[in-house]
Amino acid sequence: MRPLRRAWLCALAGLAPFGAAQAQDAPALRLRSLVATCAQCHGTDGRPAPDSIVPALAGLPEATLIERMSAFKDGTLSATVMTQLARGFSEAQIRQLATAFAAQAR
Amino acid sequence: MKRVRGMQRRDVLKAATAGVLGLAGCATNGRGTPESARVLVVGGGYAGATAAKYLRLFSGHRLDVVLIEPDAAFMSCPLSNLVLGGNRTMADITVPYTGLVQAHGVRVVRDSVAHVDVVRRVAELASSARIHYDKLVLAPGVEMIWDGVAGLREASAAGRIVQAWKAGPETVLLRRQLEAMPDGGTFAIAIPEAPYRCPPAPYERACLVANYFKTAKPRSKVLVLDANEDVTSKGPLFKKAWAEAYPGIVEYRPQYKATGVDAVAGIVMFEVQDDERADVLNVLPPMRAGALAVQTGLANANARWCGVDFLTFESTAARHIHVLGDSIQIAPAMPKSGHMANSQAKVAAAAIVAELSGWEVNPAPMLTNTCYSFLDDRRAVHVASVHEYVSAERTFKTVPGSGGLSGAASELEGRYAWNWARTIWADVLS
Repeated sequence: MRPLRRAWLCALAGLAPFGAAQAQDAPALRLRSLVATCAQCHGTDGRPAPDSIVPALAGLPEATLIERMSAFKDGTLSATVMTQLARGFSEAQIRQLATAFAAQAR
Repeated sequence: MKRVRGMQRRDVLKAATAGVLGLAGCATNGRGTPESARVLVVGGGYAGATAAKYLRLFSGHRLDVVLIEPDAAFMSCPLSNLVLGGNRTMADITVPYTGLVQAHGVRVVRDSVAHVDVVRRVAELASSARIHYDKLVLAPGVEMIWDGVAGLREASAAGRIVQAWKAGPETVLLRRQLEAMPDGGTFAIAIPEAPYRCPPAPYERACLVANYFKTAKPRSKVLVLDANEDVTSKGPLFKKAWAEAYPGIVEYRPQYKATGVDAVAGIVMFEVQDDERADVLNVLPPMRAGALAVQTGLANANARWCGVDFLTFESTAARHIHVLGDSIQIAPAMPKSGHMANSQAKVAAAAIVAELSGWEVNPAPMLTNTCYSFLDDRRAVHVASVHEYVSAERTFKTVPGSGGLSGAASELEGRYAWNWARTIWADVLS
């Protein structure tokens, strides 16, 4: 059973495009957890469903992400939902999220 | 796909007969997640399926994750009222489990759990196979408290008064009852006292049935009989829709607590008021944690809901068991919603991976929630919130100043609602 399972997992690794994003230590896991709070609407790791009218976040420049989230937070950018959600995240969290999404492949 | 699933099933059974796989699996060398630890996830809804996927993602595909789910595919409760309204079909809200298997290496077993031995950490399946776990994630949804409304258990079993509170065959049956109802008839929905699964759903259902009646059966009525003092979610938005879009169709009556039904006569009885007769009845009894959670002794809050440590979602009644989704005793302002269940699952998955890896559990987890309700086939409204763990109180609270409701219903939000659905389904299952 053991060798079989390993072979099967290796086969899977070839299919999985996100191996590099695995949490390798506690801080990385925490960051992935924070990133996952955006995934319901923006997709796992910031890649939404095809033809999404909500933007992909993966691969956006860090400065753009910080600027938009801050603008939602202070209300200078209007939205149906994002103004309300952005106010739930601290500036430090917004910076962490921006760094993480900027590092994701599109 | 069938062949793959069959292989996985045998694999699980093999592991089960081997008996001890994972027993020694908790040892960690401090350098990462152990490959031999097994997490068994019971229930493939928004909570369980998300937990299964994210346990694999967060552990770098190291953990052995087995998902036990009796249904062949995921059927979404959110948006299922559009099936009742005749605007969509079940196929539109059904997603296969194959993505979890093929893209994430979750072992999906089509079965259910009959019994959990919390001491030996063994789950016994309905098929009588036994599976050992290092960590168990229970996401069994809600169970109806049939004794809360006399005669309802029998009426539901006979298919006369169905609840359709889990998307599936009952959704289709209730739709057929609405289609068969003559013009001039009455659809009555009876709502239990909160907390129940998905607070705004009964009111959305009233809107979408009314929207169907408005064009197909214009002399018909929707009677909303609510055990609560007022509409429990998005109140002003629903009331505005009833007054402006459905005048003379929807009638809302608060403080109507159903106590019994007569399915043959089509009658609901109430604690205080006179009986009401309707052509199609949708009587929702009070709800509690899913049966398996209750049987396992985890429903330690009022014997209804499962208390959890909100940092990890581990049960306060049993070690190594994490309870997610609609079964839990909620934190303040935490809705029993699909989006929230998905959020909880990610916090729990990260906590389980951290614990099995010998890392400190995240001391400041966050949850988000966005819940859309349709007021007709195109226009929707939302409620959104952000929740942070408050360590001093050991619970989640909404972040001050965050969250809120739609200003008004719009077609834009209707498009966002479908976009949310497609994307969260992928986040849960693909």
